Amino acid sequence: MSSEKPVDFSTASCPIPISEYPTVLMAHGGGGRMTQMLIERFFLGEFRNPALEVLHDGAVLEIGGSRLAFSTDSFVIQPLFFPGGNIGSLAIHGTVNDLAMCGARPTAISAGFILEEGLPMEDLWRITRSMRAAAEEVDVPIVTGDTKVVDRGKGDGVFINTAGIGVVPAGVEVSPLRARPGDVVLVSGSIADHGIAIMSVREGLEFDTTLESDSASLAAMVQGLLEAGGDGVHVLRDPTRGGVASALNEIAAQARVGVRIDERVLPVREEVRGACEILGFDPLYVANEGKCLVIVDRDSADRVLEAMRRDPLGAEAAAIGEVVEEHPGKVYLRSTIGGSRIVDMLSGEQLPRIC
Amino acid sequence: MKFVDEYRREEDIQRFVESIRRTATRPWTVMEICGGQTHTLIRSGIDRMLPEEVTLVHGPGCPVCVTPLELIDRAIAIARRPETILVSFGDMLRVPGSDEDLLSVKAQGGDVRIVYSPLDAVKMAVSNPDRQVVFFAVGFETTAPANAMSVWRARELDLDNFSILCSHVLVPPAMEAILGSPGSRVQGFLAAGHVCTVMGFHEYEPIAEKFRVPIVVTGFEPLDLLQGLQMTVAALEEERWGVENQYSRAVRRDGNLPAQKLLRDVFEVRDRKWRGIGTIPKSGYALRDAFEKFDAERRFGVGDISARESSDCIAGEILQGLRKPAECSQFGVGCTPDHPLGAPMVSTEGACSAYYRYGREE
Repeated sequence: MSSEKPVDFSTASCPIPISEYPTVLMAHGGGGRMTQMLIERFFLGEFRNPALEVLHDGAVLEIGGSRLAFSTDSFVIQPLFFPGGNIGSLAIHGTVNDLAMCGARPTAISAGFILEEGLPMEDLWRITRSMRAAAEEVDVPIVTGDTKVVDRGKGDGVFINTAGIGVVPAGVEVSPLRARPGDVVLVSGSIADHGIAIMSVREGLEFDTTLESDSASLAAMVQGLLEAGGDGVHVLRDPTRGGVASALNEIAAQARVGVRIDERVLPVREEVRGACEILGFDPLYVANEGKCLVIVDRDSADRVLEAMRRDPLGAEAAAIGEVVEEHPGKVYLRSTIGGSRIVDMLSGEQLPRIC
Repeated sequence: MKFVDEYRREEDIQRFVESIRRTATRPWTVMEICGGQTHTLIRSGIDRMLPEEVTLVHGPGCPVCVTPLELIDRAIAIARRPETILVSFGDMLRVPGSDEDLLSVKAQGGDVRIVYSPLDAVKMAVSNPDRQVVFFAVGFETTAPANAMSVWRARELDLDNFSILCSHVLVPPAMEAILGSPGSRVQGFLAAGHVCTVMGFHEYEPIAEKFRVPIVVTGFEPLDLLQGLQMTVAALEEERWGVENQYSRAVRRDGNLPAQKLLRDVFEVRDRKWRGIGTIPKSGYALRDAFEKFDAERRFGVGDISARESSDCIAGEILQGLRKPAECSQFGVGCTPDHPLGAPMVSTEGACSAYYRYGREE
């Protein structure tokens, strides 16, 4: 230990910023603010139109007097097979759920495959079989598709794109713009299961129990809750990439309202909490593939919650917060110990901390 | 969840807040050393529950924040070489070097990978014999034993393709530097519990004596922090100084002796540069000569890369606890987690980042 002369702190300074990245980073796909920047600057900037501007999980179009929801999603997950599902079932659930989040009943799905040279046929069999099973479960046919093969090393086994259309029943008006002060925020069950399950397989983390992805089709549950809540159901959103925090931030920003949630009532499985503690992750930012957020009129909240709980996928549904007039565009959380803090949008990817 | 929920019960928290309120009769300034503690304080909202007499300032204990700019530049230079795999803990990847960060290098084709344990980097070297695996060994005394173990293991395996880029820093010299700085207003410390798990706390005793400050070894859960703070405020009120241990469930006075032996075998203490602060004498670890073969700076000849830090950022004053993040004119305006001007905005453990993420704009 030494202190010959005091360290001079007055001249201490910091580095020049990195303001713009000249190339695409993984973080641009993380579902946080960097993804949002990419979408707003490049895609919305170039493609702008009223249907796209809503930035919902799908577009709702008026065609021949009926309202059609149209959505697309691409799947690049590694590993291809994981506890609770595989890339095939996920690709069906993802698009079915995006349609359901528009309040639509899914009608038909397309599937595009980009296969890497060398992919075992057995793997492709397993993937297509689970796609069929997932589609049959919600009674939606896969009606068109496309196949491409790329050189070995140019893909990651298989990438799948699915798109889907569905009909929005009369009387259903679901949009992020409809969130308003007084509304109640519901979640259909435990959060962060998918992201943590994938992470544990990828990183070889072992726990007492196997963590399973929550990948599932929400169409039936959504139909039930729409029947129970009708016009009282204002917003539906499946908090996939970027998790509950990013989804609520997007809604708060779009509807220009504030959102308050309560950490004490957030459903998080014990083993998922444990994994998050170890990895330094916040479950609010971890992906889900079989959960939805419902923002509902206070008068309809109990009825909607009951309807959700009647469905096996919504058995653990809970009211986790409310929409408020204060702090528009921001999400606040009441912490377990009674403090409060902002739940910001994730910047890039969640990176594990050093210690 | 067991061993977590016990330390986050609202009633207990309120009891300690009340106790601090009753104890504090005068204004006191206390520094929590560790970035992990800063993160808990802000994330759980403890900073807003405290009576106005107690001011918390956030110390330099965030490894990401204090790793000097030139080390990042050296890591980037190594990662750019086609034969290398640069392996790092996750949150180092976003720290800006002079021109870019490791994430950009990865996007441009550099092989940059994240691990949870340095021993995984050793395994990577074993399974990639035709590649050079370089582990970016940063951190305080907490991460040092595992990093030392990676070098030890590499020597056991006689690996020619493993090395570390070493930037280890030590807490006690930084505390001395802060206390010895003319502008310092820190009157008591919450010492970093995890550092003390390894090192024990006897080395803080001479500091407490010399500067007549209370130092309380403190854990990381909300209840730990409040109890540590309560103990510090009580000592200040009673004009006592010395070292106390709040984190007794994990820390003993002597610490983890086998880990310390390993550290002595592999590392020697040297002067170290801290980002945003400057050089602090005898404040870091470097590899001993016996292990020089595993020194990435030598192996890749990047030791000459130097960098100069310059801008409006007041990181130095923040890391020293002289000013709060929100007092910086760039905070939240020119400097955000997306576009960090300074290191404390980069890591989730950095004071500026914690303030920004958790809405401490006032």
